Amino acid sequence: MKPFRCSGTTRRFGASREREYILIELENVAYSYGGGELFSDISLKLSRGSFHFLTGPSGAGKTTFLKLCYGALVPTAGRVGLFGADLHDMSRDDVAHCRRRIGVVHQDCQFLDHLPVAENVALPLTVSGQDKPTELVNLKELMSWVGITSRAGALPPELSGGERQRVALARALIMSPDVILADEPTGNVDWEMSQRLMRLLIELNRMGKTVVIATHDLGLIRATKAHVQSRVLRITDRRMQLAGADL
Amino acid sequence: MKQYLSVLKRVFTRDAAADRVVPPTGITARLTLFSAGAMAFLAVFALALSLAAGRLADRWGEDLARSSTIRISAPADQLSAQTAAALRVLEETPGIASVRALDAEEQRALLEPWFGPDLPVETLPIPQLIEVVEADVGLDAEGLRLRLSAEVPGAVLDDHTRWRRPMIAAASRLRLMGWVCILLLVGAVAAMITLAANAALAANARVISVLRLVGATDDYIADAFVRRFTLRALLGAGLGTLAGLLAIMALPGVGETGGILTGLGFQGWHWILPLLVPPLAAAVAFLATQIAARRALTELA
Repeated sequence: MKPFRCSGTTRRFGASREREYILIELENVAYSYGGGELFSDISLKLSRGSFHFLTGPSGAGKTTFLKLCYGALVPTAGRVGLFGADLHDMSRDDVAHCRRRIGVVHQDCQFLDHLPVAENVALPLTVSGQDKPTELVNLKELMSWVGITSRAGALPPELSGGERQRVALARALIMSPDVILADEPTGNVDWEMSQRLMRLLIELNRMGKTVVIATHDLGLIRATKAHVQSRVLRITDRRMQLAGADL
Repeated sequence: MKQYLSVLKRVFTRDAAADRVVPPTGITARLTLFSAGAMAFLAVFALALSLAAGRLADRWGEDLARSSTIRISAPADQLSAQTAAALRVLEETPGIASVRALDAEEQRALLEPWFGPDLPVETLPIPQLIEVVEADVGLDAEGLRLRLSAEVPGAVLDDHTRWRRPMIAAASRLRLMGWVCILLLVGAVAAMITLAANAALAANARVISVLRLVGATDDYIADAFVRRFTLRALLGAGLGTLAGLLAIMALPGVGETGGILTGLGFQGWHWILPLLVPPLAAAVAFLATQIAARRALTELA
């Protein structure tokens, strides 16, 4: 796959040695909706190959935090660095190019409902002009890996909750991104399916991908922790803490 | 300009797959097509009106400016004497190329549209007409008028300026109105496409957010809409122009005696002008969608 142009002339974040290692960096980040402050003073470095859980009560700002990590939101204070570049200095095109390196799985996955599943999964390739025949082999492999080959021709509204989550995961992975951000990826699926999805994410992490999973399901975290070296971040009282053994 | 050319090139070289990311919208597409067609149809007529009015103004300006008429009203027994006197005066007047007294046959032809073909002109006390064609140096109408009033009391010089000026002014105004109509139509096409594009962008907000999420640039998303609306405007305006041209060709011709209404149409190289309507509509649609899409996209995350 071609190297991505994420940012050309923007200011560089961190020391040069760290740059390749730290993919996403938050420095004293705060975010406010309207007048109310959601959280503040969050600092975090997501390094290559790390596995993080993000937890906290509903409305604590898990989704907002993930959106800050892929540049969908701009922090009201502090700085966000994406692949070594400062989000404030990035153009909209720079952000778009960065998103090709970040796979996002939303809680309520949105697709292009008029296109079949296979084309939805290949959408990141299409929009980046990489939808070449060689990539279609990868597409087939990926779809069988997440187990949606039989649904390739279906339209997204025809899918079940679990299938939607897996299609969203496949779409997030088709560009072979460095980072995978998943927001409640197991929210709409049963326990068995959630285990399956988690196994897929763990496998990806073993392949060197950085994974961040936002979930309020502590049982899922406990079940996963046994299989992967992970850290749990908790957002409470507008602060982010590293959760310890109390889980 | 260069920037727009590169956008234009990009818009029309993208593969078909890129086109599919925006869902097809039946009703908006058809309405855009229809509106562009209707505007183009009207534009063809406005263009024909402008050109015909322009031709009319030119013709009146040229032909009538160079001819005058002398009307001699006198009792029947003096008519020929006064006519001869008037002709003598005219022959001595500088600035006249030719002078000719109309014979009875010609006078009857002039009156025929009003009184029918069988009018016994000879029995009526109608005035004698003398046609005066000016030379290039021009005629001193006031001087001639004074001499005629002294020597030929029944003669009245009509150099046509009295009614020519307002007619030329009217024709020129008509031509201006035609061009104003075309400008208004261009503005209306721009407004219509902007509204349609904004509606399409709003209706596809979810599609756009999905595309942004998977790393599509603004250019990519905007192009999908720009291409669609530009092609629709081009096709609609093409059909409208074709219909307009057929309608103009189907207008009944009255030939030489036709006035402004029947003279509506294109002559010679003017037939090329209506063919510029579809590309113009496409260019307007291209710019309007481009601006609308940029504005809509920068408001999104």
